[in-house]
Amino acid sequence: MKIAVNVNGEKHEADVEARLLLVHFVREILGLTGTHWGCDTSNCGACTVFLDGEPVKSCTVFAVRANSHEVTTIEGIWSGTELTPVQEGFHVEHGLQCGFCTPGVIMTATAFLERNPDPTEEEIREAISGNLCRCTGYENIVKAVQWAAKNGRTQEVGA
Amino acid sequence: MQVPARFEYEVAGTVGEAVELLERYGEGAYLLAGGHSLIPMMKLRLAVPEVVIDISGLDDELRYIEEDDGALRIGALARHRELLESPVVRERYTLLADAEAMIADPLVRNMGTVGGAVANADPAEDLPAAFVALDSEVVARGPDGERTVHIDDLHVGPYQTSLEHGEVLTEVRVPRAPQASAYSKVKRRVGDYASAAVGVALNMSGGEIEDIRIGMCGVGSRTLRARGAEEALRGQSPGPEAYGRAGDVAAEECDPIEDAKGTVPYKRDLVRVLVGRTVATAVERAAGQGVER
Repeated sequence: MKIAVNVNGEKHEADVEARLLLVHFVREILGLTGTHWGCDTSNCGACTVFLDGEPVKSCTVFAVRANSHEVTTIEGIWSGTELTPVQEGFHVEHGLQCGFCTPGVIMTATAFLERNPDPTEEEIREAISGNLCRCTGYENIVKAVQWAAKNGRTQEVGA
Repeated sequence: MQVPARFEYEVAGTVGEAVELLERYGEGAYLLAGGHSLIPMMKLRLAVPEVVIDISGLDDELRYIEEDDGALRIGALARHRELLESPVVRERYTLLADAEAMIADPLVRNMGTVGGAVANADPAEDLPAAFVALDSEVVARGPDGERTVHIDDLHVGPYQTSLEHGEVLTEVRVPRAPQASAYSKVKRRVGDYASAAVGVALNMSGGEIEDIRIGMCGVGSRTLRARGAEEALRGQSPGPEAYGRAGDVAAEECDPIEDAKGTVPYKRDLVRVLVGRTVATAVERAAGQGVER
């Protein structure tokens, strides 16, 4: 089936099998390998992308479902020169070890902070509960999101 | 790598078109809404549709949460997150918000739909048990028009409903808001289905439980209603003794199987405790109305 998907602001056309999953569309057909492919069972959240602005697990969405819709991947959230506040927070607070879960967590946290710019720790932990990290014990991830919440708005104004 | 079997893909532009497509393609055609139950089942080849009819674009027709004339109407494509965040749901149908906070995880709740959760008839799915407590009905549209089915009559077995092929579940309707309600669930980790879960909706009168409905999931081959426990509580003064008796009855009338989530005695014990605890929460909420949440 022929589809046209707006990915990171750019229109991409492809002829795909209906059973192709969105995660494989962005990774294999578009070469955007920043989105990770983890558990394949909608548990781990490594494949999180935005579909029409909402974070979703792209291993559980058919690519054809994104036809005529907008997808944003981890490659699409930064300016190309400067890190976003959430990315910066992960850098400053050492919010990753192996980095496998990181793109997914950053997508989830980015959408979360837009909705809730001044969250409690409990709200952060709930928000990222669909993203599994097997290295950090989440402590530094939570600190990274807190850093972004604290520094995000001033940074955006300056950017 | 989990790959679904090949299928033909159709997009329905209206509910009417979805009904037509279901008729045209017959039993091998499945509806796709949020896809968060169907796609995992297709990956495991537990579901092998010949045709997938995508109804996820029918937001104009099927994505709403409205209360009018004291009845709550939830369109089939309302997302779990929308139910969780709905002010009217949080205030007047509190058990739905209780349940939603424990369904899957926030990312899944962005895609998963209310209609899908009800139509899928997973015996461990939370929303059907909550809707049983709320005395709900579902609306289905088929080739012969629209009809309503009471939630007690909807699920006939695991993943089996009394809907005909060719019917599309379009709405869940709660005819009256209860005075108070609550939902409790035990699960092993975030994202898990219930080891056992209990939903309660009740009305109080003169310090007694006038009316009560109790739904259960994860403890039978379909969503269950704890009729015996309801009977044990109706007309009773609330308190630990009444809760204990009702819990004992519910533990008997549920019908769990042993699996990775636990043994049969463990699950019966969960039901016993959860029934008492959830009724107590609902009674407290009824007493403190307008104060909580």
